[in-house]
Formats: sequence, structure tokens, C-alpha cells
Amino acid sequence: MSKTRVIEIDPITRVEGHGKVTIHLDDQNNVREARLHVVEFRGFERFIHGRPFWEIPVIVQRLCGICPVSHHLAASKAMDLIVGAKQLTPTAEKMRRLMHYGQIMQSHVLHFFHLASPDLLFGFGSERESRNVFGIIEKMPDLAVQAVMMRKFGQEIIRATAGKKIHGTGAIPGGVNKNLSLEERDFFLRDIDQMKKWARGALDIAKKYSIDNIKAVESFATFNSSHLSLVRDDGALDLYHGNLRAIDAGGNIIFDQVDYRRFNDYLMEEVRPWSYMKFPFIKARGHIDGWYRVGPLSRLNTCGFIDTPEAGKALLEFKALTHGAPNHMTLAYHWARMIEVLHCVENIEKLLNDPDLQGTDLVVRGQRAEDGIGLIEAPRGTLFHHYKVDENDLVTFCNLIVSTTNNNEAMNRAVRKVAQDHISGKPKITEGMLNHVEVAVRAYDPCLSCATHALGKMPLVIEMYDVEGSLVDRKGQHV
Amino acid sequence: MPNTVLLIGYGNPGRLDDGLGPALAFKLEALSMQGLSVEADYQLVVEHAHEIAKYDAVIFADSTVEGDAPYFFREIHPTPKEAFTSHSFSPETILFFAKTIFNARAKGYILGMRGYEFDRFGEYLSDKAKQNLDAAFEFIQDALQSGNLHAK
Repeated sequence: MSKTRVIEIDPITRVEGHGKVTIHLDDQNNVREARLHVVEFRGFERFIHGRPFWEIPVIVQRLCGICPVSHHLAASKAMDLIVGAKQLTPTAEKMRRLMHYGQIMQSHVLHFFHLASPDLLFGFGSERESRNVFGIIEKMPDLAVQAVMMRKFGQEIIRATAGKKIHGTGAIPGGVNKNLSLEERDFFLRDIDQMKKWARGALDIAKKYSIDNIKAVESFATFNSSHLSLVRDDGALDLYHGNLRAIDAGGNIIFDQVDYRRFNDYLMEEVRPWSYMKFPFIKARGHIDGWYRVGPLSRLNTCGFIDTPEAGKALLEFKALTHGAPNHMTLAYHWARMIEVLHCVENIEKLLNDPDLQGTDLVVRGQRAEDGIGLIEAPRGTLFHHYKVDENDLVTFCNLIVSTTNNNEAMNRAVRKVAQDHISGKPKITEGMLNHVEVAVRAYDPCLSCATHALGKMPLVIEMYDVEGSLVDRKGQHV
Repeated sequence: MPNTVLLIGYGNPGRLDDGLGPALAFKLEALSMQGLSVEADYQLVVEHAHEIAKYDAVIFADSTVEGDAPYFFREIHPTPKEAFTSHSFSPETILFFAKTIFNARAKGYILGMRGYEFDRFGEYLSDKAKQNLDAAFEFIQDALQSGNLHAK
């Protein structure tokens, strides 16, 4: 019987929140198993149990300081059903969409420029000292300015539509609490052409990398999978609203145009003893084969087309790479993410020119219900919020499936694939090899926990254990 | 005393004492002090670098899991530290971004308030953290009013 030694990377650098990778090697240094462990938020359901339902869209933002807007909007959509708002007013829906596009834009931009681009532009086998955002600042200062200014533009959109960053209140059950003033509209229109230009530039970088390095992109952490997302009723990409569509690895429909209020009929969550994070799967395919991917890559695989002109054209180029078949390349997430940025900027421009945003009909109400489900395509993938509210307006049940949870199995497979390809059989684990594992995980842009980040709270630790389980090496830093 | 000061209080108010930074920001905001701008956010992010460039000084107010109670205050300098996550850079790194990308000249300070409970959901501060918040508030208010931003 071969012995096993365990190497832990804890937590992963340049991934949101906290995570730990354990790579189990046998005595021949072959990878026997590799797992991504996530310290996911716990206790949130208890935290909001007994709270009045109208507080929920604000409270859920406490879940995550990284994507509070996504939780804000998913909860608001669920509460729309509680107050019987079947169809929002045009002003309300468009204000929420504007907020959402601003959120996705700024989140994707940050991920690309600050997490992905150092690896893509310098190569993820290059020196760690320069393969980071500081290397970008030194060697491509214009790119660094673009990143910050695009990010700021998205944040300002959020501020104008949701209010203060830490107490976003823009979306409320049944609608919104403000419209967009003409001054605010003009403020954003002044910069929109610049944003489009920069979005095109970012897309070019991601596309060029993928095409120039197609052999590496095709093989790195690539594996077949099903994909799931919301799509519009005509099959178009829709990041804010739609019905569920799932396809298999060959592109065949598993289910389509499923009203997301019935997601429990189609999806289940599995618990595994070694992970805090659950593993969702498609019921019809069972827990072994029913796992799927979500997020930018999956959305471009499931949608039939994109209804904004430049992103629509970019999608055709993206799909041409695989001759129309689903793209399973983990590194193609970066390209897909930049197509979505352009789509968001195009949509923001379209909305800013829509007079509905200055409308004053903001809220609708209907027949009160006790069950509310809200889904949204968050930056990292499909986000599920499900609540039950009693006759006293108090929340009695809450279940959330966050985007990163949907990608749990996929991230584990990516880690395993890279570990087997790049670490197996090697006598020593180098930093470059470990970074390959991190590159694979980072492609999914996971938000690994809604952790606190107080000073001194987040050590970066790499631990290595020998065959007896004794710690033999440990490296760490504090931020 | 710098003519213009930006105070960024950051942390998650839904995670108990992690909310010390925003709590301080809200208390200071209510004073409407001349020359002082206040921001509250969940974490330090890159666009803060652009904002900092408009000020003579910036104070980063955060909770801290270690160090002496009730708080510490010290000057910091622009330093490129590899981020643990992209969404939560260190104050020194944000200052570095501000200087290198936007030619900021702002002096930087950090106000770390000792917290004790972080790992549960809850929108309140522990009793000891509340005391530390009050002490930090009194200190920074005096420092800003007197124009004397000395390390403590």
C-alpha cells in the first residue's frame, strides 16, 4: 500500500475570501486526490430568521462585501413575489438592470485586470515578483488606470441606483425607491464612449490570449461538463431575469425555459463530509453526473445569442472557436467575462438613453404570498434566494445557493486536472506548479467566503505535511 | 493640519466587530466637520486610490484582531504588498496605487480599533468593541480638530 503525503495551500492567493487546496500525493509523488476546501458562510439563515421581509434586501448585503448588489437584487426579486408584484414598472425594472450591469461590469473588470491579466500578460509560469498587479502598473500603467476608472464608473452606477455602498436600498419589494435624475444620466453619458473603448480593448486582450495560446487554453484544466444559466424567453443572454436552461456537454438541452420558481423540482444539493460547501446537481441526471458549471463561460454556452451589437458579434467569434459546440475550456472564462463587460457597457448606454429611467411610477403591489424565490445571474454565476414569510411578515425560512457553490464540483475537477497534469511525478512542488492550481481556481472568480477581513485577520499560509501528517513546512504573511 | 482629509471606515457591519470601521465613519459623518470627507465601505478597493488623490491626507479606519486596546494610530507609507484578495487590499497598497497611478501626495494613516468577535453574523458590536470605538472616536475627533495627526 502506497503512502500518501498531503500538501495544503491555505488560503489561495488572489481568490476572494478564504479557501484551501489539499493535494494528496502518494509515495511516488503522483497526485492521488486534490480538493478545494471552502470555509463558506454559515449561520446566515439563523441571522435573518424572524426578520421582517422588507428588511431582507438590505440585510442580505451583509453576506458578502464583494457582491452585495447581487444579493440585494436576488432578495428583492424574491420579495417581489411576496408582495405580489408580478410585473415591475418599466422604471423599476430598468433601474434595477442599470444597477446590475454596473455591478457585473465593475466586478468583471476588477477580476480581469487585477487577478487574471498578470497571469495572461506575463504568463503564469513567470516570476511571481512581477506577475501581479504591481507588474501591470510598472509595465502597462495605462491599463492600470483603465482598470481603476472602469471599476469606478461601475461603482458610481451602483451608488446612483442603489445608494450608499454599505447600505444599498435602491431595490425594494415591488420596485425601487428612486429613479435616475437627468444630472446623474448626463454624468454617466459623458464617459460612456470611453468605457466602451476600454471594454473593447480588454476584450481584445482576452481574445488574443486565448487564440495565441490555443493549445494551452484547450488543455489547461479543461473537462467536459453541463452548463446552467438563466436565458431570456427567446434564448438571449439575460443577466437580470429569465428562465432556467441547462445543456449537457454536447450542447443538448437537459431542460429549458423552466420557471425559476420551480428550481427545486430540477436541482438538489449534496453534502460531502470533507467540505463545508454543498454540491448542487441536476436531479434528472443524479448526483454523480448531474453537476454543472455556471458563470460567464456557461452563460455564453447556454444562450442562443446576445442582443447588443458588439457583444453579439463577439459571441459569434467566441462560439466559432468550438464550431458552435459548448466551450469547456476553463481559461475561456476570461474571454467570456470580457464579452459580458462589453455587453454590460452597451446595455448601460442603452438604458441611459431611455426616458423610462426618469419615470416616477416606482412600485407595484399585488396579492400577498408566503413563498418568494429570486434568481439572478451574478458576476460569478446563477444566484438563488428562497424565502418563506409568515402572516406576520416575518421570515421563517431561507435557503441560498450562491454562484460559487454551483461551481463547487467544477472547481474541484479543475484543481484535480491541473494537479495531475503539472504536479504528478515531480520530486518537488515548486511555486510555479502551485500557481497553476491557483490559476485554475481563479478562472472561476470564486467568492470563497463572506469572511471578515480585519487587520491581521487574513494570513496567507502554505502548509506541507509529511506522510505521518506532521507539519514540515509553513509559509505565511499577514495583510 | 492637512486642509483636506478623507477617512475611509471599512468592514462588514453584519459581522459584529468587523463593523468598527463603518461605525466610526458614520459617527464622524454626523459631525459634518469642515475639510473632512468620510467614506464607509465593506473593504478597501482599488478605486479608493483615485479618490485619495484628491486629498492631503487619508485615514484608514478598520477593526483589528490583534494589538493593544482600545486602538492604535500610526502613519503609513505607500508599499506594494501582494494582495491576499483583489477586493481587499492593504492600506499601504491602496496608498501605493494612489501614488503610482494617480500621483497622489496624500499622507496616510491607519486607525486600528481592537475588536473581539468576528466569526458570526450579527449587526452589533461587542461591549468591549463599543468602548474602543468611543475612545477612537474621541481621539480622532480631537486630532482632526486640533490639526495634530500624531501617531499614538
